[in-house]
Amino acid sequence: MTALLRQFKDFFVSLRLTVVLLGLSIILVFWATLAQTDLGVYGVQQKFFHSLFIMVKIPGTEFPFPVFPGGYCIGGLLFINLIIAQISRLHLSWRKFGIWITHLGLIMLLVGELLSGLLQQDNDIVLDNGQTKNYAESQRQNELVITDVSDPKIDDVTSIPLDLVADLKTVQVPQIPFQIVPKQFFPNAEIASRAQAPNAPAAPATQGVGTQAVLMPLAVTVKDNERNEPAASIELVGSEGSLGTWLVSADPAMPVQKFDYKGKTWKIAMRATRRYLPFSLTLVKFSHDVYPGTDIPKNFSSLVRLHEDSNQSTREVLIYMNNPLRTHGLTFYQSGFANQDRTAILQVVRNPSWQLPYIACLLMTGGLLFQFSIHLVGFFSRRKPEVKLA
Amino acid sequence: MKKFIPFLALVIAVLVIAVSVTPVKNSTAFDLVGFGQLPVLSNGRIKPLDTVARSSLLQLQGKQSVKLSDGTKLSPEAWLLDVFFRPEKADTYPIFSIHNQELLSLVHKGSANESSEFLSFKDFIPYLQSIEDQAKLAGPIEEKSRTAFQRSVIQIAEDLMLYERLEHTIEKPGTTDFLGELLQFQKDIPAGVQAVRLKQEGKAHDEVIAQKVIEEGKQFMDLSQATTIMVIPSADPVGHPSQWRTMGQSLLESFEQGGIEPSALAFAGIGYAWQKQNADQFNQLIPLYRDELNNGYAKALKKTSVETHFNTAEPFYISLCLYTLAFIIAIISWLKWPDSLGRASFIFVLSAWLLSTAGIATRMWLEGRPPVTNLYSSALFVGWGAVALCLILEVVYKNAIGSVAAGLIGFGTLLIAHHLALSGDTLEMMRAVLDSNFWLATHVVIVTTGYASTFLAGFLAIIYIIRGVFTHTLDKATADSLARMVYGIVCFATLFSFVGTVLGGIWADQSWGRFWGWDPKENGALIIVLWNALILHARWGGLVKQRGLMCFALFGNIVTSWSWFGTNMLGIGLHSYGFTEAAFWSLALFVLSQIAMIGIGNIPLKNWRSFKANP
Repeated sequence: MTALLRQFKDFFVSLRLTVVLLGLSIILVFWATLAQTDLGVYGVQQKFFHSLFIMVKIPGTEFPFPVFPGGYCIGGLLFINLIIAQISRLHLSWRKFGIWITHLGLIMLLVGELLSGLLQQDNDIVLDNGQTKNYAESQRQNELVITDVSDPKIDDVTSIPLDLVADLKTVQVPQIPFQIVPKQFFPNAEIASRAQAPNAPAAPATQGVGTQAVLMPLAVTVKDNERNEPAASIELVGSEGSLGTWLVSADPAMPVQKFDYKGKTWKIAMRATRRYLPFSLTLVKFSHDVYPGTDIPKNFSSLVRLHEDSNQSTREVLIYMNNPLRTHGLTFYQSGFANQDRTAILQVVRNPSWQLPYIACLLMTGGLLFQFSIHLVGFFSRRKPEVKLA
Repeated sequence: MKKFIPFLALVIAVLVIAVSVTPVKNSTAFDLVGFGQLPVLSNGRIKPLDTVARSSLLQLQGKQSVKLSDGTKLSPEAWLLDVFFRPEKADTYPIFSIHNQELLSLVHKGSANESSEFLSFKDFIPYLQSIEDQAKLAGPIEEKSRTAFQRSVIQIAEDLMLYERLEHTIEKPGTTDFLGELLQFQKDIPAGVQAVRLKQEGKAHDEVIAQKVIEEGKQFMDLSQATTIMVIPSADPVGHPSQWRTMGQSLLESFEQGGIEPSALAFAGIGYAWQKQNADQFNQLIPLYRDELNNGYAKALKKTSVETHFNTAEPFYISLCLYTLAFIIAIISWLKWPDSLGRASFIFVLSAWLLSTAGIATRMWLEGRPPVTNLYSSALFVGWGAVALCLILEVVYKNAIGSVAAGLIGFGTLLIAHHLALSGDTLEMMRAVLDSNFWLATHVVIVTTGYASTFLAGFLAIIYIIRGVFTHTLDKATADSLARMVYGIVCFATLFSFVGTVLGGIWADQSWGRFWGWDPKENGALIIVLWNALILHARWGGLVKQRGLMCFALFGNIVTSWSWFGTNMLGIGLHSYGFTEAAFWSLALFVLSQIAMIGIGNIPLKNWRSFKANP
């Protein structure tokens, strides 16, 4: 082993590194907790934990500068430290068995957290009493969709990621006989009818409802209970020239905008990104009980009917607090309600690695119990002769 | 003499506990205890009127008994009876406490006693409208950005509303003879209902009686909306508690039923006897009503009797006194008579702990829940768990260190609990997502034990530093045994805070779909785990020795207090509850004191008095 390699190994194997990394992670978690008041939970996760370094813009410029190791950096180094130390320093013996198991569990926990950060998808499904849906909607992402609705039986949907719209990139795809040219983009905006705000400047649109609307840009919100509703003005350009400019918004109250082009009927809209489910859900009944004489919620529950086209099976399931529905690798949780208790909001989570933390925790608990029991037994067996002497 | 000290301690402890748990006798001619035990439904649970009175008084003025301006004291029951039935008297009792100077200037303009911080409802009457307006202005502002004045005006508006609701629990406003009115109404019902029916059908009817009954109906409607306390039990005892009704709702129903509910008449009768200050009548009516409740509500009555008894016994207050006593005696034992005084302090700690155990067990039985359900009960349980560990340490080491730590932590946590109780009834209903006895019994209990043990390690470190720096008493044997205790407790804390935290993650996965969501409270718990792991690794790696271990354990106090209370003060996340400015400053002061203590711990060893003496 060369001197450099040994130095390298000595660095990664040392308990000093472990202690420093634990200290850094404490600072990271504490800082991230405080930052939640400004950034919201989602923003904090992106900036502090799902990152190699925490970047802060140098004052007065747009240039980001790394100021502190992020979650991936600290977690990754801890991971390396743990594995190298485990292999080279701790030999296998019964006295160290608990530490082995605990560290194995910790490795699984770190991997599990990394995987769920990368793989987990959170969506909402919002259902009114009696309504049926076969898709869930993203809580944060939105999409621009151009739909060919000429065939009454089938909608042909083309979804354009909002990143392209935000960058004002012209989009041309084979399914659509015109170009999509984003003119303006607002990450969060309110749309109102022009009659309500006669003095506001007209929205930038020449076609559709936008001509009757005004657009008011809003600050981007980071609150966990609020949603950004982006808006954009989109010009459509056919082979003969412009078809006009439409105003689109992710506001659910926005009316449907249709137009005809080259013998087909098209629909243009911006909406929360949809993820289609392999079955449909119908909300049979949402219930919301409170304790008598108070407004403290006692229980929320949604009775849903689950219908699978593939095998024509239908069943009813009650989803309530602490009792989600797990099916098809998805989990449905009772997450909220709206509309005077007539609408249920279910959270739909896909997290293929959800079982990892359970196993990891079992291992770590067992390992710690084992190790500390050895300490305790050792302590009392050492003490006994002392007591006799005294 | 020395030999008898532990025996004396035992006698004192038994006497103190016996006196506190003996049921109180009525101190006046009225059966106020019996009245206090009567069950009502308030804030979602059936509770005795005694609890209604006490928790209201705690919220309004921070103490449970009323002291009038002439110096006489009123029991909570007597006060509640006056609020219910003699509002003209109750309105003059100084029970609203205001600390904010701006708010005081708003209401003190006309009142005579400008120096007093306690005001009566009467003092507020000219300013009710301006208070309501100010509170409405402050309402939409987010809690954490409110000014001190805005917070106090909202608080006083809530207090005034609470008081007005209490006043309208039974009687209509402005009535002089409620019982007489009800008895007359009882007679009028058949004819009145008949007259109103004929009137609606457009037929000939007795207009006078129809009008009278309609007017009564309107008043009952107002009464039914003026309070949230339901005094009338549901006719079907096994029925859902939502079938309990307020006085007004019950009187409205009497139109349909053709008569007034007996319990409504019972309360009106009790009120009449109280107004006339007729003790004989009062004392006859209470058992009469209790007998009627016994058909079907025997179990509820038993619970309310136990709860009333629990309220008057004040087990946590007595424990607090005993912990203080134990602390002082244990400290003295380090200077003189270590054996007998040490044993005496152990007896006091043990008796205080047993009393707390009984108190917590009673709360669990009343609520039908595991021990920790809110911040208040977490304070009780942190103290209970830490003292339990101290008792074990004391049994093993017999050097009074466990007793000193127990006295300190027992006193501290019960003091915190006392302040948390000022926000109202501490037996609250659980919000939907928390409504799971399984997770409350596992996650919450274990993570709270983790808090308790981390605190204990920190307090043992304080003992090490103070004895070492300021006294000669920290000899090598004591120092080593303290180090072993701290190490052992940190191991215990690591295990419990870790298991508790991951169980929380699993609960979160079950109810929200994510194992870990970086919520402030979750992060706080994670920091405790990381900190304990850091201490252990630093020690294993030889990076810290005895003194370093103590300073690290001390920092654990800061970490734990942040997780316990600090995270709730951010006003964000799933675990955030309302918090006062006073709580923030107390926390800041505690953190500062711990930093100062760490600073003292870092004084070079040659300047420690203990080590100067024995180098």
